[in-house]
Amino acid sequence: MATSTSSSGDLPTTATDIAAAVRAGTVSAADVLERHLAAIDAREGEIHAFNLVLADEARTAAARVDADVAAGRDPGPLAGVPVALKDNLCTHGIPTTCSSKILEGWRPPYDATVVQRLAAAGAVAVGKTNLDEFAMGSSTENSAFGPTRNPVDTSRVPGGSSGGSAAAVAAGFAPISLGSDTGGSIRQPAALCGVVGVKPTYGVVSRYGLVAFASSLDQIGPFSTTVADSALVLETIGGHDPMDSTSIPEPVPGLTAVLDQGVEGLRVGRITDLPEGASPDVAARLEAAFDTLAAAGATIVDVEVPAFTYGLTAYYLIAPAEASSNLARYDGVRYGLRVPAPDTNTMYMATRHEGFGDEVKRRIMLGTYALSAGYYDAYYGKALKVRRLISDDFARAYQSVDVLLTPASPTVAFRIGDKVDDPFTMYLCDTYTIPSNLSGHPGMSVPFGTGADGLPVGVQVLASTLGEPTMFRVAAELERAMATADAIAATRGEVSS
Amino acid sequence: MSGSDRITAELVAKVSRLARLDLTPDEIDDATGKLADMLDHFADIDALDLADVEPMTQPYPLRNVFREDVEVPCLDRDEVLAAAPAAVDGRFEVPPIVGLED
Repeated sequence: MATSTSSSGDLPTTATDIAAAVRAGTVSAADVLERHLAAIDAREGEIHAFNLVLADEARTAAARVDADVAAGRDPGPLAGVPVALKDNLCTHGIPTTCSSKILEGWRPPYDATVVQRLAAAGAVAVGKTNLDEFAMGSSTENSAFGPTRNPVDTSRVPGGSSGGSAAAVAAGFAPISLGSDTGGSIRQPAALCGVVGVKPTYGVVSRYGLVAFASSLDQIGPFSTTVADSALVLETIGGHDPMDSTSIPEPVPGLTAVLDQGVEGLRVGRITDLPEGASPDVAARLEAAFDTLAAAGATIVDVEVPAFTYGLTAYYLIAPAEASSNLARYDGVRYGLRVPAPDTNTMYMATRHEGFGDEVKRRIMLGTYALSAGYYDAYYGKALKVRRLISDDFARAYQSVDVLLTPASPTVAFRIGDKVDDPFTMYLCDTYTIPSNLSGHPGMSVPFGTGADGLPVGVQVLASTLGEPTMFRVAAELERAMATADAIAATRGEVSS
Repeated sequence: MSGSDRITAELVAKVSRLARLDLTPDEIDDATGKLADMLDHFADIDALDLADVEPMTQPYPLRNVFREDVEVPCLDRDEVLAAAPAAVDGRFEVPPIVGLED
Protein backbone atom coordinates (compact mmCIF):
# COMPACT_ATOMS: atom_id res chain seq x y z
CA MET A 1 0.00 0.00 0.00
CA ALA A 2 2.17 2.89 -1.24
CA THR A 3 0.18 5.76 0.15
CA SER A 4 2.63 8.63 0.08
CA THR A 5 0.40 11.65 0.64
CA SER A 6 2.82 14.20 -0.75
CA SER A 7 2.02 15.44 -4.22
CA SER A 8 4.49 13.51 -6.26
CA GLY A 9 4.33 14.95 -9.75
CA ASP A 10 6.70 12.91 -11.87
CA LEU A 11 9.13 12.30 -9.04
CA PRO A 12 9.49 8.75 -7.70
CA THR A 13 8.04 8.12 -4.22
CA THR A 14 9.61 4.91 -2.93
CA ALA A 15 13.19 4.64 -1.70
CA THR A 16 13.92 1.99 -4.32
CA ASP A 17 12.68 4.20 -7.18
CA ILE A 18 14.27 7.39 -5.78
CA ALA A 19 17.67 5.74 -5.44
CA ALA A 20 17.47 4.27 -8.95
CA ALA A 21 16.51 7.64 -10.47
CA VAL A 22 19.14 9.59 -8.53
CA ARG A 23 21.82 7.05 -9.41
CA ALA A 24 20.80 7.24 -13.07
CA GLY A 25 20.94 11.01 -12.95
CA THR A 26 17.33 11.46 -14.08
CA VAL A 27 16.31 13.10 -10.78
CA SER A 28 18.45 15.15 -8.42
CA ALA A 29 18.75 14.40 -4.73
CA ALA A 30 18.14 18.11 -4.15
CA ASP A 31 14.75 18.01 -5.90
CA VAL A 32 13.74 14.88 -3.99
CA LEU A 33 14.73 16.54 -0.72
CA GLU A 34 12.89 19.81 -1.44
CA ARG A 35 9.69 17.91 -2.19
CA HIS A 36 9.91 16.16 1.17
CA LEU A 37 10.81 19.36 3.04
CA ALA A 38 7.74 20.96 1.45
CA ALA A 39 5.60 18.07 2.71
CA ILE A 40 7.07 18.59 6.17
CA ASP A 41 6.34 22.33 6.01
CA ALA A 42 2.77 21.65 5.01
CA ARG A 43 1.80 19.16 7.73
CA GLU A 44 4.42 18.88 10.46
CA GLY A 45 2.68 21.50 12.61
CA GLU A 46 -0.31 19.20 12.77
CA ILE A 47 1.50 15.85 13.04
CA HIS A 48 4.58 16.61 15.19
CA ALA A 49 6.54 13.65 13.84
CA PHE A 50 9.88 15.36 14.51
CA ASN A 51 11.75 16.66 17.52
CA LEU A 52 14.15 18.31 15.07
CA VAL A 53 14.11 18.87 11.29
CA LEU A 54 17.59 18.97 9.75
CA ALA A 55 16.87 21.03 6.62
CA ASP A 56 20.33 22.63 6.32
CA GLU A 57 22.26 19.43 7.02
CA ALA A 58 19.99 17.54 4.59
CA ARG A 59 20.58 20.09 1.83
CA THR A 60 24.33 19.70 2.29
CA ALA A 61 24.06 15.91 2.16
CA ALA A 62 21.81 15.98 -0.93
CA ALA A 63 24.24 18.31 -2.71
CA ARG A 64 27.05 15.88 -1.96
CA VAL A 65 25.05 13.02 -3.50
CA ASP A 66 24.35 15.10 -6.61
CA ALA A 67 28.05 16.00 -6.84
CA ASP A 68 28.95 12.31 -6.65
CA VAL A 69 26.54 11.51 -9.47
CA ALA A 70 27.87 14.40 -11.58
CA ALA A 71 31.45 13.28 -11.02
CA GLY A 72 30.69 9.67 -11.89
CA ARG A 73 31.31 8.40 -8.33
CA ASP A 74 29.01 5.69 -6.91
CA PRO A 75 26.54 7.60 -4.71
CA GLY A 76 25.43 4.44 -2.88
CA PRO A 77 22.40 2.14 -2.88
CA LEU A 78 20.19 4.71 -1.08
CA ALA A 79 21.40 7.70 -3.10
CA GLY A 80 19.33 10.78 -2.31
CA VAL A 81 16.72 8.91 -0.25
CA PRO A 82 15.41 11.06 2.62
CA VAL A 83 15.38 9.18 5.93
CA ALA A 84 13.95 10.11 9.33
CA LEU A 85 15.80 8.88 12.42
CA LYS A 86 14.24 8.02 15.75
CA ASP A 87 15.60 10.47 18.30
CA ASN A 88 17.24 7.73 20.37
CA LEU A 89 19.84 7.15 17.63
CA CYS A 90 23.04 9.11 18.26
CA THR A 91 23.91 11.69 15.63
CA HIS A 92 27.31 13.36 15.89
CA GLY A 93 26.95 16.98 16.99
CA ILE A 94 23.17 16.91 16.47
CA PRO A 95 20.85 16.94 19.51
CA THR A 96 19.64 13.47 20.56
CA THR A 97 17.00 13.67 23.27
CA CYS A 98 15.16 10.33 23.55
CA SER A 99 12.20 12.74 24.00
CA SER A 100 13.37 13.23 27.58
CA LYS A 101 14.12 16.42 29.46
CA ILE A 102 17.10 14.66 31.00
CA LEU A 103 18.91 14.62 27.62
CA GLU A 104 17.55 17.88 26.21
CA GLY A 105 20.28 19.73 24.33
CA TRP A 106 22.79 16.85 24.45
CA ARG A 107 24.91 16.54 21.32
CA PRO A 108 26.45 13.06 20.99
CA PRO A 109 30.17 12.85 20.24
CA TYR A 110 29.64 10.08 17.68
CA ASP A 111 27.21 8.64 15.11
CA ALA A 112 25.33 5.38 15.64
CA THR A 113 26.53 2.62 13.29
CA VAL A 114 23.19 2.67 11.46
CA VAL A 115 23.50 6.43 10.96
CA GLN A 116 27.00 5.99 9.53
CA ARG A 117 25.84 3.19 7.22
CA LEU A 118 22.84 5.14 5.91
CA ALA A 119 25.02 8.18 5.22
CA ALA A 120 27.63 6.03 3.48
CA ALA A 121 24.84 4.57 1.33
CA GLY A 122 23.84 8.05 0.17
CA ALA A 123 20.70 8.47 2.30
CA VAL A 124 19.85 11.98 3.47
CA ALA A 125 18.82 12.41 7.12
CA VAL A 126 15.93 14.90 7.30
CA GLY A 127 15.23 14.87 11.03
CA LYS A 128 15.05 13.23 14.44
CA THR A 129 11.65 11.75 15.20
CA ASN A 130 9.54 11.89 18.32
CA LEU A 131 9.13 8.85 20.60
CA ASP A 132 7.78 7.81 23.95
CA GLU A 133 10.44 8.91 26.42
CA PHE A 134 13.36 6.45 26.23
CA ALA A 135 11.14 4.30 23.96
CA MET A 136 8.83 3.39 26.86
CA GLY A 137 5.28 3.45 25.59
CA SER A 138 2.89 2.40 22.85
CA SER A 139 1.38 5.72 21.75
CA THR A 140 4.12 8.41 21.60
CA GLU A 141 2.12 10.29 24.23
CA ASN A 142 4.90 9.86 26.81
CA SER A 143 7.17 12.35 25.05
CA ALA A 144 8.48 15.32 27.05
CA PHE A 145 7.92 17.36 23.89
CA GLY A 146 4.25 16.52 23.29
CA PRO A 147 2.46 13.73 21.41
CA THR A 148 2.74 12.79 17.74
CA ARG A 149 -0.54 12.49 15.83
CA ASN A 150 -1.49 9.74 13.39
CA PRO A 151 -1.44 11.15 9.82
CA VAL A 152 -4.35 8.88 8.87
CA ASP A 153 -6.57 10.44 11.59
CA THR A 154 -5.01 13.19 13.68
CA SER A 155 -7.36 12.60 16.62
CA ARG A 156 -5.61 9.26 17.09
CA VAL A 157 -2.21 8.07 18.27
CA PRO A 158 0.38 6.81 15.79
CA GLY A 159 1.33 4.00 18.16
CA GLY A 160 4.70 3.83 19.80
CA SER A 161 7.27 4.07 20.87
CA SER A 162 8.58 4.85 17.36
CA GLY A 163 5.43 6.86 16.58
CA GLY A 164 7.31 9.77 15.03
CA SER A 165 9.17 7.49 12.62
CA ALA A 166 5.95 5.71 11.59
CA ALA A 167 4.07 8.99 11.19
CA ALA A 168 6.92 10.55 9.16
CA VAL A 169 6.65 7.78 6.57
CA ALA A 170 2.83 7.68 6.60
CA ALA A 171 2.70 11.47 6.07
CA GLY A 172 5.17 11.39 3.19
CA PHE A 173 7.83 13.35 5.12
CA ALA A 174 10.37 10.67 4.18
CA PRO A 175 10.00 7.40 2.25
CA ILE A 176 11.92 5.52 4.95
CA SER A 177 12.74 5.91 8.62
CA LEU A 178 14.43 4.01 11.41
CA GLY A 179 12.92 3.02 14.73
CA SER A 180 13.82 0.73 17.59
CA ASP A 181 11.74 -2.21 18.77
CA THR A 182 12.07 -3.53 22.33
CA GLY A 183 8.56 -4.96 22.70
CA GLY A 184 6.82 -3.92 19.48
CA SER A 185 7.88 -0.30 19.12
CA ILE A 186 8.37 -0.60 15.35
CA ARG A 187 5.66 -3.11 14.43
CA GLN A 188 2.76 -1.65 16.43
CA PRO A 189 3.13 1.95 15.16
CA ALA A 190 3.67 0.60 11.62
CA ALA A 191 0.33 -1.20 11.92
CA LEU A 192 -1.47 1.84 13.30
CA CYS A 193 -0.11 4.20 10.63
CA GLY A 194 -0.53 1.80 7.69
CA VAL A 195 3.15 1.37 6.80
CA VAL A 196 5.65 -1.50 6.79
CA GLY A 197 7.78 -1.93 9.94
CA VAL A 198 10.45 -4.55 10.64
CA LYS A 199 12.10 -5.85 13.79
CA PRO A 200 15.05 -7.92 12.58
CA THR A 201 16.55 -10.93 14.35
CA TYR A 202 18.35 -9.86 17.52
CA GLY A 203 21.95 -9.21 16.47
CA VAL A 204 21.35 -8.50 12.78
CA VAL A 205 21.52 -4.71 13.19
CA SER A 206 24.20 -3.11 15.36
CA ARG A 207 22.90 -1.13 18.34
CA TYR A 208 26.09 0.90 18.69
CA GLY A 209 24.81 4.42 19.22
CA LEU A 210 21.24 3.37 20.02
CA VAL A 211 20.48 4.75 23.47
CA ALA A 212 19.90 1.58 25.48
CA PHE A 213 16.51 0.74 26.97
CA ALA A 214 16.54 -3.05 27.52
CA SER A 215 19.71 -4.44 26.02
CA SER A 216 18.67 -8.08 25.65
CA LEU A 217 15.57 -7.01 23.67
CA ASP A 218 16.39 -3.82 21.70
CA GLN A 219 16.69 -4.02 17.91
CA ILE A 220 16.80 -1.27 15.27
CA GLY A 221 14.73 -1.64 12.11
CA PRO A 222 13.15 0.21 9.19
CA PHE A 223 9.78 1.74 8.34
CA SER A 224 8.72 2.20 4.70
CA THR A 225 5.68 2.30 2.46
CA THR A 226 6.70 -0.87 0.61
CA VAL A 227 8.15 -4.24 1.61
CA ALA A 228 10.93 -3.81 -0.96
CA ASP A 229 12.06 -0.55 0.64
CA SER A 230 12.37 -2.14 4.06
CA ALA A 231 14.36 -4.98 2.48
CA LEU A 232 16.71 -2.46 0.88
CA VAL A 233 17.19 -0.54 4.13
CA LEU A 234 17.79 -3.68 6.17
CA GLU A 235 20.40 -4.89 3.68
CA THR A 236 22.10 -1.51 4.12
CA ILE A 237 22.08 -1.18 7.91
CA GLY A 238 22.45 -4.88 8.81
CA GLY A 239 25.56 -6.99 9.13
CA HIS A 240 28.32 -7.44 11.64
CA ASP A 241 29.67 -4.52 13.63
CA PRO A 242 32.58 -5.02 16.02
CA MET A 243 31.28 -2.09 18.10
CA ASP A 244 28.27 -4.16 19.28
CA SER A 245 29.26 -7.34 21.11
CA THR A 246 25.82 -8.87 20.41
CA SER A 247 26.19 -8.32 16.66
CA ILE A 248 25.95 -11.61 14.73
CA PRO A 249 29.25 -12.09 12.88
CA GLU A 250 27.65 -12.80 9.52
CA PRO A 251 26.49 -10.78 6.53
CA VAL A 252 22.82 -9.86 6.49
CA PRO A 253 20.86 -12.34 4.35
CA GLY A 254 19.84 -11.13 0.88
CA LEU A 255 16.28 -9.82 0.93
CA THR A 256 15.50 -7.71 -2.14
CA ALA A 257 16.33 -10.68 -4.38
CA VAL A 258 13.74 -13.01 -2.81
CA LEU A 259 10.66 -10.77 -2.84
CA ASP A 260 9.24 -12.18 -6.07
CA GLN A 261 9.63 -15.83 -5.10
CA GLY A 262 6.05 -16.20 -3.83
CA VAL A 263 4.88 -18.48 -1.04
CA GLU A 264 4.25 -21.74 -2.92
CA GLY A 265 5.06 -24.60 -0.56
CA LEU A 266 5.67 -22.43 2.51
CA ARG A 267 4.08 -23.52 5.78
CA VAL A 268 2.26 -20.66 7.49
CA GLY A 269 1.41 -21.20 11.16
CA ARG A 270 -1.84 -20.22 12.81
CA ILE A 271 -1.41 -20.03 16.60
CA THR A 272 -4.46 -21.81 17.99
CA ASP A 273 -3.85 -20.68 21.57
CA LEU A 274 -3.08 -17.05 20.74
CA PRO A 275 -4.03 -14.75 23.63
CA GLU A 276 -7.45 -13.19 23.14
CA GLY A 277 -7.83 -9.46 22.82
CA ALA A 278 -7.79 -8.77 19.09
CA SER A 279 -10.84 -6.79 18.07
CA PRO A 280 -13.15 -8.41 15.47
CA ASP A 281 -12.06 -6.10 12.62
CA VAL A 282 -8.40 -6.96 13.20
CA ALA A 283 -9.16 -10.68 13.56
CA ALA A 284 -11.05 -10.57 10.25
CA ARG A 285 -8.05 -9.10 8.44
CA LEU A 286 -5.82 -11.81 9.91
CA GLU A 287 -8.19 -14.46 8.56
CA ALA A 288 -8.12 -12.74 5.17
CA ALA A 289 -4.33 -12.91 5.25
CA PHE A 290 -4.42 -16.68 5.85
CA ASP A 291 -6.85 -17.03 2.94
CA THR A 292 -4.62 -14.93 0.70
CA LEU A 293 -1.54 -17.00 1.45
CA ALA A 294 -3.43 -20.29 1.07
CA ALA A 295 -4.69 -19.12 -2.33
CA ALA A 296 -1.11 -18.29 -3.29
CA GLY A 297 0.04 -21.83 -2.58
CA ALA A 298 1.05 -21.78 1.07
CA THR A 299 -0.10 -24.43 3.52
CA ILE A 300 -1.80 -23.19 6.67
CA VAL A 301 -0.75 -25.24 9.70
CA ASP A 302 -2.25 -25.05 13.20
CA VAL A 303 0.39 -24.80 15.93
CA GLU A 304 0.41 -24.16 19.66
CA VAL A 305 2.68 -21.67 21.37
CA PRO A 306 1.39 -22.05 24.94
CA ALA A 307 3.86 -19.68 26.62
CA PHE A 308 2.98 -16.84 24.20
CA THR A 309 0.32 -15.76 26.65
CA TYR A 310 2.91 -15.18 29.42
CA GLY A 311 5.01 -12.88 27.28
CA LEU A 312 3.49 -9.71 28.65
CA THR A 313 4.34 -10.55 32.24
CA ALA A 314 7.85 -11.74 31.46
CA TYR A 315 8.48 -8.65 29.36
CA TYR A 316 7.19 -6.14 31.89
CA LEU A 317 9.51 -7.60 34.50
CA ILE A 318 12.59 -8.09 32.31
CA ALA A 319 12.46 -4.85 30.31
CA PRO A 320 12.02 -2.56 33.35
CA ALA A 321 14.74 -4.48 35.20
CA GLU A 322 17.20 -3.88 32.36
CA ALA A 323 15.98 -0.31 31.99
CA SER A 324 16.51 0.45 35.67
CA SER A 325 20.12 -0.58 35.17
CA ASN A 326 20.64 1.14 31.80
CA LEU A 327 19.06 4.39 32.96
CA ALA A 328 21.27 4.58 36.05
CA ARG A 329 23.71 6.46 33.81
CA TYR A 330 21.50 9.57 33.82
CA ASP A 331 22.87 11.04 36.99
CA GLY A 332 23.74 14.61 36.02
CA VAL A 333 27.48 13.91 35.82
CA ARG A 334 28.47 13.26 32.20
CA TYR A 335 25.69 14.61 29.99
CA GLY A 336 22.27 16.19 29.96
CA LEU A 337 20.45 17.79 32.85
CA ARG A 338 21.97 18.50 36.27
CA VAL A 339 19.98 19.87 39.17
CA PRO A 340 22.61 21.49 41.43
CA ALA A 341 22.85 20.13 44.96
CA PRO A 342 25.43 20.28 47.78
CA ASP A 343 26.41 16.60 47.45
CA THR A 344 26.38 14.01 44.68
CA ASN A 345 23.68 11.72 46.06
CA THR A 346 21.23 14.60 46.45
CA MET A 347 22.20 15.75 42.96
CA TYR A 348 21.45 12.29 41.49
CA MET A 349 18.06 12.13 43.22
CA ALA A 350 17.03 15.67 42.27
CA THR A 351 18.29 15.43 38.68
CA ARG A 352 16.47 12.17 38.02
CA HIS A 353 13.28 13.41 39.65
CA GLU A 354 13.31 16.53 37.50
CA GLY A 355 14.52 14.91 34.26
CA PHE A 356 12.45 11.71 33.94
CA GLY A 357 8.75 11.58 33.06
CA ASP A 358 6.11 9.52 34.89
CA GLU A 359 6.25 6.34 32.78
CA VAL A 360 10.06 6.20 32.89
CA LYS A 361 10.00 6.62 36.66
CA ARG A 362 7.34 3.93 36.91
CA ARG A 363 9.45 1.45 34.97
CA ILE A 364 12.62 2.29 36.86
CA MET A 365 10.72 1.66 40.10
CA LEU A 366 9.23 -1.59 38.83
CA GLY A 367 12.61 -2.79 37.59
CA THR A 368 14.46 -1.79 40.74
CA TYR A 369 11.85 -3.62 42.80
CA ALA A 370 12.01 -6.75 40.61
CA LEU A 371 15.79 -6.84 41.02
CA SER A 372 15.96 -5.96 44.72
CA ALA A 373 17.09 -8.34 47.44
CA GLY A 374 14.25 -10.55 48.60
CA TYR A 375 12.19 -10.13 45.42
CA TYR A 376 14.67 -11.10 42.69
CA ASP A 377 13.73 -14.79 42.62
CA ALA A 378 9.99 -14.10 42.78
CA TYR A 379 9.98 -11.66 39.87
CA TYR A 380 13.07 -11.17 37.70
CA GLY A 381 14.37 -14.71 38.14
CA LYS A 382 10.97 -16.20 37.38
CA ALA A 383 10.52 -13.97 34.34
CA LEU A 384 13.82 -15.24 32.90
CA LYS A 385 12.53 -18.81 33.18
CA VAL A 386 9.29 -17.86 31.45
CA ARG A 387 11.41 -16.30 28.73
CA ARG A 388 13.03 -19.70 28.19
CA LEU A 389 9.61 -21.37 27.90
CA ILE A 390 8.52 -18.85 25.27
CA SER A 391 11.71 -19.31 23.29
CA ASP A 392 11.41 -23.11 23.47
CA ASP A 393 7.76 -22.98 22.38
CA PHE A 394 8.68 -20.87 19.34
CA ALA A 395 11.53 -23.24 18.48
CA ARG A 396 9.11 -26.18 18.55
CA ALA A 397 6.59 -24.29 16.39
CA TYR A 398 9.24 -23.41 13.80
CA GLN A 399 9.99 -27.11 13.36
CA SER A 400 6.60 -27.47 11.66
CA VAL A 401 6.09 -24.01 10.10
CA ASP A 402 8.20 -21.45 8.24
CA VAL A 403 6.39 -18.37 9.52
CA LEU A 404 3.67 -17.51 12.01
CA LEU A 405 0.93 -14.96 11.37
CA THR A 406 -0.66 -12.85 14.12
CA PRO A 407 -2.15 -9.39 14.43
CA ALA A 408 0.56 -6.74 14.91
CA SER A 409 -1.71 -4.72 17.21
CA PRO A 410 -4.91 -5.90 18.94
CA THR A 411 -6.80 -2.87 17.63
CA VAL A 412 -6.62 -0.08 15.09
CA ALA A 413 -5.28 3.30 16.24
CA PHE A 414 -6.97 4.51 19.43
CA ARG A 415 -7.73 8.11 20.37
CA ILE A 416 -5.16 10.35 21.96
CA GLY A 417 -5.70 10.31 25.73
CA ASP A 418 -7.68 7.07 25.79
CA LYS A 419 -5.11 4.93 27.59
CA VAL A 420 -2.76 7.35 29.35
CA ASP A 421 -4.25 6.88 32.80
CA ASP A 422 -3.94 3.11 32.98
CA PRO A 423 -0.44 1.78 32.32
CA PHE A 424 -1.51 -1.84 32.10
CA THR A 425 -4.12 -1.16 29.41
CA MET A 426 -1.39 0.52 27.40
CA TYR A 427 0.91 -2.48 27.95
CA LEU A 428 -1.71 -4.77 26.35
CA CYS A 429 -1.00 -3.05 23.01
CA ASP A 430 2.17 -5.13 22.85
CA THR A 431 0.57 -8.54 23.49
CA TYR A 432 1.36 -9.93 20.03
CA THR A 433 4.73 -8.29 19.44
CA ILE A 434 6.51 -8.89 22.76
CA PRO A 435 7.12 -12.66 22.55
CA SER A 436 9.48 -12.37 19.56
CA ASN A 437 11.55 -9.76 21.38
CA LEU A 438 11.95 -12.21 24.25
CA SER A 439 12.97 -15.01 21.87
CA GLY A 440 15.07 -12.77 19.60
CA HIS A 441 13.21 -13.85 16.45
CA PRO A 442 12.41 -11.43 13.61
CA GLY A 443 8.95 -10.00 13.00
CA MET A 444 7.37 -7.42 10.76
CA SER A 445 4.05 -5.67 10.29
CA VAL A 446 2.70 -5.33 6.79
CA PRO A 447 -0.38 -3.20 6.01
CA PHE A 448 -3.30 -5.43 5.10
CA GLY A 449 -6.39 -3.35 4.52
CA THR A 450 -8.52 -1.50 7.01
CA GLY A 451 -10.63 -2.17 10.08
CA ALA A 452 -12.95 -0.06 12.21
CA ASP A 453 -13.47 3.52 10.99
CA GLY A 454 -11.43 2.80 7.86
CA LEU A 455 -8.20 2.75 9.88
CA PRO A 456 -5.18 0.67 8.84
CA VAL A 457 -4.65 -2.89 10.08
CA GLY A 458 -1.22 -4.54 10.13
CA VAL A 459 -0.64 -8.27 9.92
CA GLN A 460 2.45 -9.50 11.74
CA VAL A 461 4.70 -12.07 10.07
CA LEU A 462 7.06 -13.85 12.47
CA ALA A 463 9.95 -16.10 11.50
CA SER A 464 12.73 -18.07 13.16
CA THR A 465 16.28 -16.87 13.78
CA LEU A 466 17.70 -15.27 10.60
CA GLY A 467 14.46 -16.21 8.84
CA GLU A 468 14.15 -12.72 7.33
CA PRO A 469 14.20 -13.93 3.69
CA THR A 470 11.14 -16.14 4.25
CA MET A 471 9.44 -13.45 6.35
CA PHE A 472 9.92 -10.88 3.58
CA ARG A 473 8.62 -13.29 0.92
CA VAL A 474 5.38 -13.71 2.87
CA ALA A 475 5.08 -9.96 3.50
CA ALA A 476 5.63 -9.29 -0.20
CA GLU A 477 2.86 -11.75 -1.10
CA LEU A 478 0.43 -9.99 1.25
CA GLU A 479 1.44 -6.65 -0.25
CA ARG A 480 0.85 -7.91 -3.80
CA ALA A 481 -2.58 -9.19 -2.81
CA MET A 482 -3.51 -5.79 -1.38
CA ALA A 483 -2.24 -3.99 -4.48
CA THR A 484 -4.39 -6.28 -6.63
CA ALA A 485 -7.42 -5.71 -4.41
CA ASP A 486 -6.84 -1.96 -4.54
CA ALA A 487 -6.55 -2.05 -8.32
CA ILE A 488 -9.80 -3.99 -8.65
CA ALA A 489 -11.54 -1.56 -6.30
CA ALA A 490 -10.18 1.36 -8.33
CA THR A 491 -11.53 -0.02 -11.61
CA ARG A 492 -14.93 -0.37 -9.94
CA GLY A 493 -14.71 3.23 -8.81
CA GLU A 494 -14.71 2.30 -5.15
CA VAL A 495 -12.64 4.17 -2.59
CA SER A 496 -9.68 1.93 -1.87
CA SER A 497 -7.98 1.52 1.47
CA MET B 1 -0.11 -13.10 48.12
CA SER B 2 -1.44 -10.28 45.94
CA GLY B 3 0.56 -7.27 44.83
CA SER B 4 -1.43 -4.98 47.08
CA ASP B 5 -0.45 -7.09 50.10
CA ARG B 6 3.20 -6.85 49.22
CA ILE B 7 3.53 -3.24 48.16
CA THR B 8 3.47 -0.65 50.92
CA ALA B 9 4.34 3.04 50.79
CA GLU B 10 7.37 2.30 52.98
CA LEU B 11 8.62 -0.30 50.52
CA VAL B 12 8.08 2.07 47.59
CA ALA B 13 10.00 4.80 49.41
CA LYS B 14 12.86 2.35 49.94
CA VAL B 15 12.85 1.31 46.27
CA SER B 16 12.86 4.96 45.21
CA ARG B 17 15.99 5.55 47.28
CA LEU B 18 17.63 2.49 45.67
CA ALA B 19 16.68 3.88 42.25
CA ARG B 20 17.98 7.36 43.18
CA LEU B 21 14.60 8.90 42.45
CA ASP B 22 13.50 11.70 44.77
CA LEU B 23 9.74 11.02 44.71
CA THR B 24 7.25 13.35 46.40
CA PRO B 25 4.72 11.86 48.87
CA ASP B 26 2.04 12.10 46.17
CA GLU B 27 4.24 10.26 43.70
CA ILE B 28 4.96 7.56 46.32
CA ASP B 29 1.21 7.11 46.81
CA ASP B 30 0.57 6.88 43.09
CA ALA B 31 3.46 4.48 42.54
CA THR B 32 2.27 2.27 45.41
CA GLY B 33 -1.14 1.78 43.84
CA LYS B 34 0.11 1.29 40.29
CA LEU B 35 2.92 -1.10 41.24
CA ALA B 36 0.51 -3.22 43.28
CA ASP B 37 -1.93 -3.26 40.38
CA MET B 38 0.75 -4.37 37.92
CA LEU B 39 2.06 -7.10 40.19
CA ASP B 40 -1.49 -8.44 40.49
CA HIS B 41 -1.61 -8.72 36.69
CA PHE B 42 1.81 -10.38 36.67
CA ALA B 43 0.65 -13.12 39.04
CA ASP B 44 -0.37 -15.20 35.99
CA ILE B 45 3.07 -16.79 35.89
CA ASP B 46 2.77 -18.01 39.49
CA ALA B 47 0.82 -20.99 38.19
CA LEU B 48 3.70 -22.21 35.99
CA ASP B 49 5.99 -25.00 37.10
CA LEU B 50 9.41 -23.51 36.50
CA ALA B 51 11.50 -25.74 38.75
CA ASP B 52 13.52 -27.35 35.98
CA VAL B 53 13.63 -24.40 33.60
CA GLU B 54 16.96 -22.76 32.88
CA PRO B 55 16.78 -18.93 33.06
CA MET B 56 17.29 -17.14 29.71
CA THR B 57 19.05 -13.79 29.86
CA GLN B 58 19.83 -13.31 26.15
CA PRO B 59 18.36 -14.58 22.86
CA TYR B 60 21.70 -16.22 22.07
CA PRO B 61 24.55 -17.39 24.25
CA LEU B 62 27.10 -14.60 24.36
CA ARG B 63 30.71 -15.46 23.75
CA ASN B 64 33.66 -13.34 24.68
CA VAL B 65 34.81 -11.27 21.73
CA PHE B 66 38.52 -10.73 21.22
CA ARG B 67 40.30 -8.37 18.87
CA GLU B 68 43.91 -7.59 18.07
CA ASP B 69 45.47 -5.33 20.69
CA VAL B 70 46.00 -2.34 18.41
CA GLU B 71 45.27 1.31 19.02
CA VAL B 72 42.13 2.68 17.42
CA PRO B 73 40.74 6.21 17.62
CA CYS B 74 38.54 6.91 20.62
CA LEU B 75 36.11 9.69 21.46
CA ASP B 76 37.57 13.20 21.63
CA ARG B 77 37.94 14.08 25.30
CA ASP B 78 37.28 17.79 24.92
CA GLU B 79 34.15 17.12 22.90
CA VAL B 80 32.86 14.67 25.49
CA LEU B 81 33.57 17.05 28.36
CA ALA B 82 31.94 19.93 26.47
CA ALA B 83 28.64 18.01 26.69
CA ALA B 84 28.93 17.58 30.48
CA PRO B 85 27.05 19.83 32.92
CA ALA B 86 30.39 20.78 34.54
CA ALA B 87 34.01 19.97 33.77
CA VAL B 88 37.34 21.12 35.16
CA ASP B 89 40.96 20.28 34.31
CA GLY B 90 39.99 17.65 31.73
CA ARG B 91 37.61 15.86 34.11
CA PHE B 92 33.92 15.75 34.98
CA GLU B 93 33.24 18.04 37.93
CA VAL B 94 30.82 16.93 40.67
CA PRO B 95 29.84 18.24 44.10
CA PRO B 96 31.41 16.58 47.19
CA ILE B 97 30.81 12.84 47.43
CA VAL B 98 31.46 12.42 51.16
CA GLY B 99 31.27 14.49 54.29
CA LEU B 100 27.89 16.13 53.91
CA GLU B 101 25.48 13.34 54.82
CA ASP B 102 24.25 12.83 58.40
